[in-house]
Amino acid sequence: MINDKNSQKIVDIIQNWARKQSIWVLAYGTGCGAIEIPPTMTSRYDAERLGVRGAATPRQADVLLITGYLTTKTLKRVIRVYEQMQDPKYVIGFGSCTINGGMYYDSYNTIKVLDKYLPVDVYINGCMPRPESVLAGFGKLQELIGNGEANGATKYKENLEWYRANQKKIIPNWVMPEYNW
Amino acid sequence: MELLTHILGAIATVILAFVVGMSYGGIVRKITARVHNRIGPPWYQNFIDAFKLYGKTTAIHHGWMQIMGPAFLMVSSVVTLMFIPVLTNGGWFPNLNFEGDLIFLLYLMVFGPLGMALGAGQTGNPNSAIGVTRGLSQMVGFEIPWVMALVALMIQFDTTSITGLMEAQAQSGTWNMFSSPFAFIAAVLAMLGMFRYSPFDIVGAPTELASGPVSENGGKYLFTMMSSGSIFAFVKLTLYVDIFMGGADNLVILLLKTFSIYMIPVLYGIVSPRYRTEQAIRFFWGWPLFFGVLALIYASIF
Ligand code: SF4
Repeated sequence: MINDKNSQKIVDIIQNWARKQSIWVLAYGTGCGAIEIPPTMTSRYDAERLGVRGAATPRQADVLLITGYLTTKTLKRVIRVYEQMQDPKYVIGFGSCTINGGMYYDSYNTIKVLDKYLPVDVYINGCMPRPESVLAGFGKLQELIGNGEANGATKYKENLEWYRANQKKIIPNWVMPEYNW
Repeated sequence: MELLTHILGAIATVILAFVVGMSYGGIVRKITARVHNRIGPPWYQNFIDAFKLYGKTTAIHHGWMQIMGPAFLMVSSVVTLMFIPVLTNGGWFPNLNFEGDLIFLLYLMVFGPLGMALGAGQTGNPNSAIGVTRGLSQMVGFEIPWVMALVALMIQFDTTSITGLMEAQAQSGTWNMFSSPFAFIAAVLAMLGMFRYSPFDIVGAPTELASGPVSENGGKYLFTMMSSGSIFAFVKLTLYVDIFMGGADNLVILLLKTFSIYMIPVLYGIVSPRYRTEQAIRFFWGWPLFFGVLALIYASIF
């Protein structure tokens, strides 16, 4: 009874509902986009009514929000942060810079496509996205979580070699602890 | 049979404390949001958060003391709950009262935070260490007026038990809040620090210390801390109601009284920014200490 498939399904449905109603965000304020986070959280747009709330450390967070361009230097820290987060975890790429490099498409020291280095669940485009679109992005993520389709973390685990190879191309001196889930 | 009712009563009390504490937390988030002119999360948001935290994997292991830290917190909250008379007439609530339990409680209430401090120390996160030192300094600050208020009550009514204080209030017909006002003021000012809302949220300052002692704890650790925190909030509120507001005859009155006294630190906190550590300690050693001394003088003269 405890381990059979149907009861697991019911537990999953309840858990997915709870996960989508309670999203703790670790906003990694990399680029200019971080300036849109305060209006999203405060009285005008009030993301807390959707259960979206800031988390202080990666250990407590569910969502890693990459707000804009990532320099090759910060990529290392972001990977470190992502790997410290506890499952289930999701990544939101915020702004055009995370999608295709945006206006930094020919820069020598930013990464262009975030999805090559971390598994992105939802992209929010715009340079920079307004709080409305940020909320729409959270709505999309909630929908994906509710349907059990936000499985970026599983993708990362399965294709760890591919991601590692990409990451090591950018970060030559790789001195990081091993990922132990 | 009697043992069974005691055990069932104890379990029911823990569940009651958990539910009430969590709902209060949610209502506080709602009130805070309304003061900020936001809509705010629903009042049951804390339950969802707790459930989600429980469902997360917890692959953080820094050593045994880290696991013991949240366990210490939980144990101290539950044990303290067992010593607090929830209702005046007992009922099915467990009541392990004995002569001198007020002094015992003073020790027991710092047991959890100390265990947590050890646990946070083992995570090796510098933010945790800073949070712990801040928390212990703040505790040194507010414990002094708090102890003075309690000692004043003990002198005034010649008893060291909570039930004794409640009986004294029932006999005289006035709440201790009015018969020993200075002790009440000192205790309420100490309560501001005890609940750690702004301006005394220096321990877990999220933007400054990345939530301090809990910064390395996610998932089930955080769930344990959150639920023990809720239980402990209920314990403290009930203790205040018991010793200053004459206890409560039934659950509705208990909820009314605890909620109204809870609003003091909450509303004061919403409109205040955060103190620095030394400012917080200076605050507690100022007016609260003064009222504590007044309470002692008042108690020994009258
Ligand atoms: S997308 Fe635009 S706003 Fe966002 S980080 Fe890039 S340049 Fe800045």
